[in-house]
Amino acid sequence: MIAFVKRYEGLWLFVHSPAAIVAAIFAVVIVLGAVFAPWIVLVNPYDLASFSLFDGLLPPVWLDGANPKYLLGTDDQGRDMISSILYGARLSLVIGLSALTIAAVLGVGLGLAAGYYGGRFDAIVMRIADVQLALPAILTALLIDGIARGILPAAIQQDLRVAVLTLAIALSLWVNFARTARASTFVQMNKEYVQAAIMMGQHPLRVMFVHILPNILGPLLVIMTVDLASAILLEATLSFLGIGLPADSPSLGTLIRIGMQFLLSGEWWILWFPTGFLVVLVVSINIIGDFLRDVFNPRLR
Amino acid sequence: MLTIKNLTVKFPSRFGDFTAIEDVDMTIKPGEIHGLVGESGAGKSTVGAAAIGLLQSPGYVSNGTLTLGDTDLRTLTLAQAHKVRGDRISMIFQDPQTSLNPLMTIEDQLIETIQAHSDTSISAARKRAVGLLEEIGIKNAAQRIKAYPHQFSGGMRQRVVIALAVSTDPELIIADEPTTALDVAVQSQVLDLIQRLAKERQIAFMLITHDIGVIAQVADRVTVMRKGRVIETGNTAQVLGTPKHPYTQALMDAVPALDRKIDRFRVPDVGGTVSTLGNFAENWLLEGQLHDLTGLSLNNLTVRFAGPRTSFFRKPPPYIALNNVTLNIKPGSIMGLVGESGSGKSTLAKTITGLITPSHGTMTLGDTALPFGKSRSRHHPSRQLVQMVFQDPYSSLNSRHRVCDVLTEPLWFYGFVKDAKEREKLAVSMLSLVGMQPEAITKYPHQFSGGQRQRIAVARALLARPSFLICDEPTSALDVSIQAEILNLLKDLQTKFGLTILFISHNLAVVRQMADETAVLRNGKIEEVGETHMVYTAPKAEYTKSLLALTPVMPTYGKI
Amino acid sequence: MVYFILKRMVQSVFVMLAVAFLAFSLFRFVGDPITQMTGVETSVEDQERLREELGLNDPFVYQFARFTGDMLKGDFGFSYRTRQPVADMIANRIPATFELGVAALIISLLVGVPAGVYTALKPRGVLTQTILMTTLVGVSIPTFVIGIMLIFIFGVQLGWLPTFGRGGTVQIGTWESSLLTIDGWRALLLPAITLGVYQLTLTMRLVRAEMMEVMRSDYIRFAMARGVPMRSLHYKHALANTMVPVITIIGLQFGGVIAFSIVTESVFQWPGMGLLFLESIRFVDIPVMGVYLVVIAFFFVLVNLIVDLLYVAIDPRLRIRDVS
Repeated sequence: MIAFVKRYEGLWLFVHSPAAIVAAIFAVVIVLGAVFAPWIVLVNPYDLASFSLFDGLLPPVWLDGANPKYLLGTDDQGRDMISSILYGARLSLVIGLSALTIAAVLGVGLGLAAGYYGGRFDAIVMRIADVQLALPAILTALLIDGIARGILPAAIQQDLRVAVLTLAIALSLWVNFARTARASTFVQMNKEYVQAAIMMGQHPLRVMFVHILPNILGPLLVIMTVDLASAILLEATLSFLGIGLPADSPSLGTLIRIGMQFLLSGEWWILWFPTGFLVVLVVSINIIGDFLRDVFNPRLR
Repeated sequence: MLTIKNLTVKFPSRFGDFTAIEDVDMTIKPGEIHGLVGESGAGKSTVGAAAIGLLQSPGYVSNGTLTLGDTDLRTLTLAQAHKVRGDRISMIFQDPQTSLNPLMTIEDQLIETIQAHSDTSISAARKRAVGLLEEIGIKNAAQRIKAYPHQFSGGMRQRVVIALAVSTDPELIIADEPTTALDVAVQSQVLDLIQRLAKERQIAFMLITHDIGVIAQVADRVTVMRKGRVIETGNTAQVLGTPKHPYTQALMDAVPALDRKIDRFRVPDVGGTVSTLGNFAENWLLEGQLHDLTGLSLNNLTVRFAGPRTSFFRKPPPYIALNNVTLNIKPGSIMGLVGESGSGKSTLAKTITGLITPSHGTMTLGDTALPFGKSRSRHHPSRQLVQMVFQDPYSSLNSRHRVCDVLTEPLWFYGFVKDAKEREKLAVSMLSLVGMQPEAITKYPHQFSGGQRQRIAVARALLARPSFLICDEPTSALDVSIQAEILNLLKDLQTKFGLTILFISHNLAVVRQMADETAVLRNGKIEEVGETHMVYTAPKAEYTKSLLALTPVMPTYGKI
Repeated sequence: MVYFILKRMVQSVFVMLAVAFLAFSLFRFVGDPITQMTGVETSVEDQERLREELGLNDPFVYQFARFTGDMLKGDFGFSYRTRQPVADMIANRIPATFELGVAALIISLLVGVPAGVYTALKPRGVLTQTILMTTLVGVSIPTFVIGIMLIFIFGVQLGWLPTFGRGGTVQIGTWESSLLTIDGWRALLLPAITLGVYQLTLTMRLVRAEMMEVMRSDYIRFAMARGVPMRSLHYKHALANTMVPVITIIGLQFGGVIAFSIVTESVFQWPGMGLLFLESIRFVDIPVMGVYLVVIAFFFVLVNLIVDLLYVAIDPRLRIRDVS
């Protein structure tokens, strides 16, 4: 067992890195909580019939006036905080992961091709990336949202909310993947095993995906964690600004926006619980990302 | 006056402490050029780094004494140790490109170094700096001193590096592979310079290198190391001519001679029985010889690259990599191609295999014309008939693929064997044929040494049933003894299977041993081509003559 | 070198054109400008006449050319929401965002660079570990949360600093600045810190990574081998080489500053361009959205061009041609 752990350097470092272990535990707990939310919580906070205003503004269970049914209290609409947070986390994670996947597939695909073919194709992809970079993430996301609002009839807008948000975030993240994949691909193109494969007459797609891709996964993995954190933060920010998910199907960002109204009036739990949850989630992801970066780049240790 | 006794250096790792060098003894007198020679992993660089106190962390000296004159180097504080550096000991490295700060002029770097060790004004320091550059052999020193490092060529840069090291008047300079990255002619000049400095300024040199020829040329005394231990030490003539230790003997045997061709290198017999496992592959290869031996013919081949753009309006002049190259490789023979870096050797190899498109000329394989790179379809027969063994064993195999995948790929790709199990069987047999254990089939490339990886690369090339093999510097990255084994392997395979080989190398001695005919390439032009024996003993071209004269050789020391 | 600069300028122009095209497409295809401007009472004939007058029936390329031409002249059209010239609306807001952005950038550089250098040179110290942990958390907390927390602590609980608005402003010509009053400074502090924190952590990590990389290079080893004093080694040799790639990234980060200013302005109700943009999104005020896009892209491209020129000025390898 010990020999096994020693063999995989990454594993050995992980076991000896308390921060990474703690972060991983938190991340796993949160993800599990989000995934199994419907089975854990009492009520579905999106179901308008399941809560009532009479239960509103109840404090967490260790303060006076609490209802033990709602461990962390309720918000102004009477929704249970725990349910809202877990469902919110669910939404945040779904959107974050979907956006990440789209961005990764698009970005890595384009980056690989740009690195492989070089020349004009590379120049075009890079110019498109330049334009995308000239518009920072939030801007792109806001724009897509604005456009969607302008084009789509009001009826479907609500339903497509999640899709639009996911697309917007994905578009702002793909460039990172593309640039990294492209740079790594350039390095690999000079390596002799790639030249051997091309010389043999192998199809470009085979060279790119069977030969090159496995060798550039390292830095891509690091970017994936960092960008997952970015995606979640971006979604939270958009929801906070009121452009993201609305109050009746809130993500963590929306919950924070709602909570901010109560900053001065004393019902602190409506704001700080979702905030704390979001921060813990993102910090865990970032710690794991940092850890991965150290594993792949031993010189920073 | 540098005395090293019982030096042991360890590197802690998660597998326990790794001993890099153990019980090393060495003495270097003032003005002496002491060669430290050994193959990779011998620990030579570690000795040098330990002496100057610049061990890569987490390495540490666990035992032994290091004395310079009467100063005990191990008991110095950090600040004192730093003072000793430059003042009394200095070090120069292999790559002149990365040894100099790209943002500072040579002048600034020299003046800064001089002022760090002596109380001189800037103008006095500048005068000294200019004087140094002239001594080093840089003409127009007063003007050139104001230039930046990237404005100098490789050889000049290494001289500047030496000037910097000498500027502080040290007693000892540790030179870690100082000429390995340089061309033969430049190497010769730098070695002359080192000898001159040792004599005129009485500076001692610890010359670390893997090139025995270099040692033979300039070193007074030599220490041979292997796997962290000192094997033998003494006067150069004695150690290289009449080595006492069997390892040194084997090392000397493995060095290719420049003056004659021998049939096979004498390598230590590893023992073990002759394996019949390779017969399966051997028969399969022989079966595949449906065609006669194939030759390759190149006529007026020219390759042009677009030059770097420096102006918006004018098109840059093209860079001519290959200039009207005409070469005829006889079927079943080995043609050696000799050239320094930048001569176009790799470009030629890539043009033949279709990775680069020539601007004009013809290439004929056997009796069929070879289409140019861009127009060569991926299914053209030449893709299978022409195979290549590359230079860098660490990048020629995909590190994410198992040996099994690497070897069965050509079998699968060219449709030779349809059944997966059959393919694996053939691959295992081929491994045996190139001298590897069958267990290697399930492992990953990084679990093997450089020499073993090259064997796998050769196996891969053979599994495509080629009739023409290009070997592009196949042993340049290998230790001398491993090189001997691989060269033997190539010779054996060529005789057995009647391959036609284009053997490319910058090492004249290696080409002498391998090639039937030799061509000399310089700046994209063929300077000379002919039967190897003639080219080496009676060269016609000036360039060939100077190359042969400047290559550091092992004197025969009275051997036959 | 001249070629290099020219090439970069051409690329910049290309990017601007692409962005202008995007903005133009926004104008033309998202929603109908006519219906936005006139409402339901206007008759169909009148709408058609308006369409003709505004040249909305002309070919696409024509319209695009006119659009670009107008932009270059400074005519950015009219807002759907306020009927004001967009140019005026945006120009009004630029000073606020600009001062905020510059203040945040200065904070991030003044703290980020030294912190990066320190953590690179002393990788195992206690202070280093603390700084690294803190920055890790800093990168993970969304900007708006930082803003909320600062408001809560300094504005609500301690009551030291104002929690919204710019404070007292002074008009200098067309530029409305808040830097000339104490009140203005107090109001600027919290938003600048909020905006600067994220940039700070990024800068610090970058400087640290680059510096550690540089410290391992051969020329540093060689400088050590010849006894160059440690101080000079760290700053003249290592830091100078570190800053070269760092400068490019800082240029890119400027884009981040502008982007995140949207959030910060929202939290602090800071009357800058970001807040304007947010409002325009809520009301689907396409002209303002489109022009904001172009203005942001312009600043971004400009900053990057300046950074590239700086690069050339600093790195002699780009200035003087390779002779080898």
